[in-house]
Amino acid sequence: MKTLKELEEIRQRTLEAINLRKDRNGIRVVVGMATCGIAAGARNVLTGLIDQIRDRRIQHITVAQTGCIGVCRYEPMVEVYYPGEEKVTYVNMTPEKVERVVTEHLVNGSPVTEYTIGAAEKIH
Amino acid sequence: MYFYRSHVLVCGGTGCHSSGSADIIEQFNAELKKQGIEKEILVVQTGCFGLCEVGPIVIVYPEGAFYSRVTTDDVVEIVSEHLVKGRTVKHLLYHDSITEEHDIKSLDEVPFYQKQKRLALRNCGVINPEDIDEYIAFNGYKALGKALTEMTPGEVISTIKESGLRGRGGAGFSVGLKWEFTSKAEGQKKFVACNADEGDPGAFMDRSILEGAPHAVIEAMTIAGYAVGADQGYIYVRAEYPIAVQRLTMAIGQAREYGLLGNNILETGFDFDLELRLGAGAFVCGEETALLASIEGYRGEPRPRPPFPAVKGLFEKPTLLNNVETYANIPQIILKGSGWLQEIGTDKSKGTKVFALGGKINNTGLVEVPMGTTLREIIYDIGGGIPKGKAFKAAQTGGPSGGCIPVEHLDTPIDYDSLAAIGSMMGSGGLIVMDEDNCMVDIARFFLEFTVEESCGKCPPCRIGTKRMLELLNKITEGKGEEGDIEKLEELGEGIKIASLCGLGQTAPNPVLSTIKYFREEYEEHIRDKKCRAGVCDALLQYTIIEDKCKGCSLCTRVCPVDAISGQKKQPYNIDQSICIKCGACLEKCPFGAIVKG
Ligand SMILES: Cc1cc2nc3c(=O)[nH]c(=O)nc-3n(C[C@H](O)[C@H](O)[C@H](O)COP(=O)(O)O)c2cc1C
Repeated sequence: MKTLKELEEIRQRTLEAINLRKDRNGIRVVVGMATCGIAAGARNVLTGLIDQIRDRRIQHITVAQTGCIGVCRYEPMVEVYYPGEEKVTYVNMTPEKVERVVTEHLVNGSPVTEYTIGAAEKIH
Repeated sequence: MYFYRSHVLVCGGTGCHSSGSADIIEQFNAELKKQGIEKEILVVQTGCFGLCEVGPIVIVYPEGAFYSRVTTDDVVEIVSEHLVKGRTVKHLLYHDSITEEHDIKSLDEVPFYQKQKRLALRNCGVINPEDIDEYIAFNGYKALGKALTEMTPGEVISTIKESGLRGRGGAGFSVGLKWEFTSKAEGQKKFVACNADEGDPGAFMDRSILEGAPHAVIEAMTIAGYAVGADQGYIYVRAEYPIAVQRLTMAIGQAREYGLLGNNILETGFDFDLELRLGAGAFVCGEETALLASIEGYRGEPRPRPPFPAVKGLFEKPTLLNNVETYANIPQIILKGSGWLQEIGTDKSKGTKVFALGGKINNTGLVEVPMGTTLREIIYDIGGGIPKGKAFKAAQTGGPSGGCIPVEHLDTPIDYDSLAAIGSMMGSGGLIVMDEDNCMVDIARFFLEFTVEESCGKCPPCRIGTKRMLELLNKITEGKGEEGDIEKLEELGEGIKIASLCGLGQTAPNPVLSTIKYFREEYEEHIRDKKCRAGVCDALLQYTIIEDKCKGCSLCTRVCPVDAISGQKKQPYNIDQSICIKCGACLEKCPFGAIVKG
């Protein structure tokens, strides 16, 4: 038998999982999944990202894919959109780098500057 | 349940189910596996999205991409393009769901949904009806918790009373008042019952609620049990609704498992449980006293009221009976307060009403609109208008108990009272649109045929009277109508309305009386000119050959089964009307369009 408190826990937990059907205003993470992205390992980046979100039970987040973002040499690329803010583009992503982005950017809100496209272009 | 990057919602309502949505779900699961992404994507079977016309419907989140008329072949493409590569499959998207720039609109921006307000249907097409957790996620059973722990039964009743909610099953009686009567009735043992008989041909809102969100009804009935002092409830559902029955059964099991039905609910000491009773689908069993008799195992026949069920119902005990859609509104009113519902709708009709749109309309389906929305908005803005650019003739509301509404009332804001004022009724929410090709006499005959068939026979006005009316209508549509027939129909109709025992007979003449009121000239044409302007009544049709177009090829003479056509080759032919049986074979055969019906 459930108590009111347990019902509330079920509510929270399930809402996290199904809110993407109603909520269009959360954080959006977009992974480039064109042929170039997939060839460069975008699938591992995507599955790594999903695993991280699951493990940390992050709320109000959607993960989408997109086609070619246009700079194939930087694939796999991941874009993070916070509502009302400039998007942040991460390049040459790996599952390991995703882990840091999830912790620092998606959980704590501060972008990992060294992985961004801005940083990469400075080096070249 | 954990995070999936994408949810694929497949409509599992009866409409989409019968056009193959179960196969589509299977195909999705197989394809996802093939691509190795089955752990990232959740396939969910939901209840009805409402837009049955373009089913089977699949919506893919987070994008909210609305795919219509999906086939199992399309599934392969949706998986490999959309779900693997993130590219929506443009050519499969529902045309009204994308902007001119090809962006996906959110569902409430799609014209079909724009003017709708989904309260009773709010979880239909959003949650998996077979998963109680998904219902709980969107505040399910929260109202029950609130009622049991923060409100007295009296407070629950006054909240419902103040909200202005009226019964959605037909009569539009105040829900709060009925709860109050039942609660005040004398007796220790009381019952709560739900009318899910839905006998109005063409109506399927109750079925869709039960298929899409069965827990809403279970939660509401439990709240009602608490309010009126009942510990047992019955849901009377027709056996022709197998999916609804299956999901209800499953939902009751889950609610019991969570202790939301049974003893000591949510540790408050309140006991309540539910049972299903299957009806065999007789229209009269939707009438409350007949329904209760049927639950008890007797023949489904009505009895005179009073005593009303609130005083003497099931097994002679005070019984609260409400309709499925009525119940579906209850949890939100408890959560949001009576003021919330008062804000929606018209002065005397609060909230929304679900309509089943059918007939000559582009978007056949289920729509929920605030009371006070006009017929024009429903038919043209939501329903997408009438196919093939034909002209609107009438709308029939209230099914076999209702009436036909002509074009001059298209802008009437619809609610219980305005519909009654123009000779129709809300009924359970069937809404059938008719165009210039519908014959109003034939429509009246169709509905009366239904009531004659469904009359239980207990009282003579209904049993004999409706039969006599049907005979008159048959006579008129067969071209044998005489002067005075219209007046006889009116006289009989008025008498049957007054003298019948239950609502079935009391409303049965409505389709006839309202069509006589608004389309009397069509009846007169049938009787005096032996003419059916819509070309529906076979006996009144004439097939004629247009001389200028006829090439004298003789094809028609050869298909005519009764040798009614004669003529000289290469000369215009001629049809002998006294022999013609109006089978239409000649018209179909003529290669020059020289034969017309009219
Ligand atoms: C012939 C006849 C058929 C009816 N069929 C239904 C029905 O299918 N479903 C329904 O809810 N009410 C039906 N009703 C109305 C019920 O008698 C009753 O008014 C209603 O279930 C009460 O619930 P409500 O107050 O929530 O509307 C029917 C009434 C008549 C006279």
